[in-house]
Amino acid sequence: MKKEKGLDTPLTKEVRRDLKAGDKVLLSGTIYTARDMAHKRLVEVIKKKGKPFDLRDQIIYYTGPTPAKEGEIIGSCGPTTSSRMDKYTPALLDAGLGGVVGKGQRSAEVISALRKCKSVYFAAIGGAGALLSTKVKNAKVVAYEDLGCEAIYKLEVRDFPVVVAVDTKGRSIYGRDSKHR
Amino acid sequence: MSDVRAVKTKTITDAVAELCIKTNYELPRDVVSGIKEAKIREKSELGKYCLEQIMRNLRIAKLKKIPVCQDTGMAVVFVEIGQNVHIIGGRLIDAINKGVRLGYKRGYLRKSIVDDPIFTRKNTGDNTPAVIHTSIASGSKIKITVVPKGFGSENMSRLTVLKPTDGAEGVKKFVVDTVRQAGANPCPPIIVGVGVGGTIEKAAMLSKRALIRSLNKSNPNTKIAGLEKKILIEINKLDIGPQGFGGSITALSVNIETYPTHIAGLPVAVNIGCYVSRHASITL
Repeated sequence: MKKEKGLDTPLTKEVRRDLKAGDKVLLSGTIYTARDMAHKRLVEVIKKKGKPFDLRDQIIYYTGPTPAKEGEIIGSCGPTTSSRMDKYTPALLDAGLGGVVGKGQRSAEVISALRKCKSVYFAAIGGAGALLSTKVKNAKVVAYEDLGCEAIYKLEVRDFPVVVAVDTKGRSIYGRDSKHR
Repeated sequence: MSDVRAVKTKTITDAVAELCIKTNYELPRDVVSGIKEAKIREKSELGKYCLEQIMRNLRIAKLKKIPVCQDTGMAVVFVEIGQNVHIIGGRLIDAINKGVRLGYKRGYLRKSIVDDPIFTRKNTGDNTPAVIHTSIASGSKIKITVVPKGFGSENMSRLTVLKPTDGAEGVKKFVVDTVRQAGANPCPPIIVGVGVGGTIEKAAMLSKRALIRSLNKSNPNTKIAGLEKKILIEINKLDIGPQGFGGSITALSVNIETYPTHIAGLPVAVNIGCYVSRHASITL
């Protein structure tokens, strides 16, 4: 089996171009969390020509972690279903976002935006929140604290395991049965 | 009334709290062996890789006492109350919700419940209320089953009423179509709970019950057990595979529960559960 490829964030276009659907990747560096409500707010900011934070080549991870126990950095933090973010993703990609991490299929609009912006959709393993929490070395709320577990966290991760689900050419790991995936 | 047994609400609260925590840190044995077996049988390399990570995740969660999955669910609580039990110290429903509140706090579980589903959607902050199903049984014991249900898979569940003549083929088609439509979203490998018969709410209840039946057990009716097997084979031909990355194991099990129904209808509910199939019971 092909080994995992280690990559440091932010992910430049050159690095992204080399990735192929099905590649196993270990991400290290900064990634930002955002779920439904945070997406809604981020896109509102972008529409008003504002800049929530510098999105260029950055990675957004769809997760809402469990509370951290005392002395721990973060609780369980696996991916949530990506398709709920579909309607917001193209705007974020247009604003320079390098990639997103979640689970499950994406809409045709997201796939075409990934192709256009040369960005990547990664899948983390759904339900593997305990394992993934061990890859997070630091976590800090940077926006929308009022949203609780849905706030935007800046995470520092090391060797965070993901699989390239849709690459910059729009090839999808979910594409074997294209009628339904 | 000499054989009436008193059970204090505090006992119920403590039991519910403990079950909320336990279920979220550690999966039932039958589910763990189901995943292990899937890892051996899975043919796709990426599928095997997923199942290895999934097993590693289960070990870490158990060891570190943290939730297996960050979606620690909406707490579904089944309470079977023996008719000779007298509950003392307050309302049963309050005792259960208090247990959920305590469990989700003490266990560092995520609070995922919003009060008004349509408009405000404000988080209640303590994961209450639970969805509570009470029933009256014989005897003088109380059996409590806690099922924290994640919504990645709940969102992919469906319910329909087929025509009476649609029969086993119709049921099979609806179940397989539901799983196909769900695709990668419910975190395969999944467990498929199917409720057939009754009325629509009865079918839905049966499907939830089916979901928590042990994976080692088939329906005692051999015809239904045969249908379970047939549907499972069909589902595993879909090539959705672990996490939807393609592969031979899309579902670990198909569990069907049935109930008599009306001459004019055939209700079918499909409740999809992810492999993080959390449930545990206690008898008080």
